[in-house]
Amino acid sequence: MKFPYSEKVLEHFRHPRNVGKIKNPDGKAVEGSPACGDMVAVYIKVDPRTKRIADVKFESYGCASNIATGSIITELAKGKTIDEAKKVSWKQASKALGGLPPIKVHCSVLAVEGLRSAIQNYEERHGLVKDRKPTTVEVVRKRLRKVINPVSGLSLVRANLVKDINVKDGNVRVVIDLPANHQFASAIKEEIVEKIKHLWDVKKLEVEFTE
Amino acid sequence: MLDKFVYLDNAAASRLDDRVLEAMKPYFFGVYAVATSEFGYSQGIEARETLDKARGIIADVLGASHKEFIFTSGSTESSNIALKGVVLALGEKKGKHIIISKIEDFPVLHSAKALERQGFRVTYLDVDNDGFVDLDQLRESITEETILVSIQHANQEIGTIQDIKTIARICREKGVLFHTDATHTFTRVPLDVKEVPVDLITVSAHTIHGPRGIGGLYIRKGTPIAKWMDGGFQEFDLRAGIENIPGAVGFAKAVELVTPEENDRLKAMRDRLIERVLAEIPSTTLNGDRWMRISQNANVTFHLVEGESITLHLDMRGFAVSTGSACFSRSLEASHVILGIGGDHERAHGSVRFTFGRYNNMEDVDAVVEALADVVRELREISPLGKD
Repeated sequence: MKFPYSEKVLEHFRHPRNVGKIKNPDGKAVEGSPACGDMVAVYIKVDPRTKRIADVKFESYGCASNIATGSIITELAKGKTIDEAKKVSWKQASKALGGLPPIKVHCSVLAVEGLRSAIQNYEERHGLVKDRKPTTVEVVRKRLRKVINPVSGLSLVRANLVKDINVKDGNVRVVIDLPANHQFASAIKEEIVEKIKHLWDVKKLEVEFTE
Repeated sequence: MLDKFVYLDNAAASRLDDRVLEAMKPYFFGVYAVATSEFGYSQGIEARETLDKARGIIADVLGASHKEFIFTSGSTESSNIALKGVVLALGEKKGKHIIISKIEDFPVLHSAKALERQGFRVTYLDVDNDGFVDLDQLRESITEETILVSIQHANQEIGTIQDIKTIARICREKGVLFHTDATHTFTRVPLDVKEVPVDLITVSAHTIHGPRGIGGLYIRKGTPIAKWMDGGFQEFDLRAGIENIPGAVGFAKAVELVTPEENDRLKAMRDRLIERVLAEIPSTTLNGDRWMRISQNANVTFHLVEGESITLHLDMRGFAVSTGSACFSRSLEASHVILGIGGDHERAHGSVRFTFGRYNNMEDVDAVVEALADVVRELREISPLGKD
């Protein structure tokens, strides 16, 4: 039989490793959304002394390459220090899986980003951000690129829904060009909060809608 | 290698019936001459008579004269001829406005878009949650400028059958030409041109266990249409090129082999699949109307799971199905049909189409439902969604 993926991808797709949630994780991240067809959540537990990843789990809503990549990055990250784990790349994941179809880069890169974001989330929560760049409008905008409007499947930035971003003395205000009673308004707000509130210098965050 | 392979993608392509192949064979090895005029040599005359006989059998199903039916290479070409041929023939004498539904299959949809790029105005009619065209919007959309309406007989993905009679009558009353893509209804859902004032009908052999590469277009007598393919004088001087006589013979044979009993058998499989899936697998939605749907089609969204994962798991267990998920398509775009009936991207990504054919049976239905229950449960277990 001919399948569109390598043996290794199929193996991880069929029997994904380290699936599930971690209760009270030290770091977590969600990348993608149901609208774009792929979504991955990554949870990590970090040994506070050695800064090694003691446990890592993932959950996936997505196609085979998303599931397989989620699985492989947990194997690649486990036992590594957070600095090592941060460097796990899509290329490495793809190589470990015996190659991924080029058209599926988007779906599989999400899992790699998920791991990085979970580590970043850990560092932000634990005051470990070394490179303390101040949060600017650009930093906020960059994060909003990862928040997807489920209706269009586009990010808030690409869909031109970010009406205003204001950053002043650690107070961040974001205005989204959607009615407050929009069916996904609360989900979108929750995602924005999750992506921005842990930035090291953010004290207060307000998310507003236009109507 | 799996011991059994269950093919449930018959709307995309279907297994050739052995009897069709047998009917075609003599026209590869015995009578293989081109169809000549009545003053040609004997084998050529026999070829021409064979072609005309096949044409008659197919036209008959539509209640049409054999002179109103041309063979093409398939439904894609037929719909291209219908839209572009009418436009070419009418020029800009009457106007530059075309109306289609927003859930048309690609041949009509993309022909309309191509015309749009050339300066035509296209209205894409809305459909309701089951996929039915908004008839009031159709009435209101037709203007003095409108030259053609093209609305499918039934939908390729969700199987909804349009009220084609009313649609055709609206167009006739307003004096506008009407084309319908009947690829998925031909021989299975009656459509008689003596009762329904439709001017152009796209049909194909590949969905009814006929050969691939042969289809046809009904063109009502007097319909303005430009010659599509330049060359010789074949197909009433409307489409040049050496005729595909084995294909035409196979198409006619395939038409003859479709029976009402078979339709009932397909319908029973469809109904069992729909009833079992909706009852036994949680969080599922039927796409398309429950009853006004073609007998061979079921389409269900399995919420919170992605369709390509479902199809791959099913493939590894020996089942072939298709999905409206972006990940499965060549364009990486989610199904325009599911979005068209008001579904969101999540509903499109989780949609799976099952289309039955002559070589399926009830055991296949039960087997796929059981496999689905497992696959969907496993995928939901690893999903971050729907657990709060």
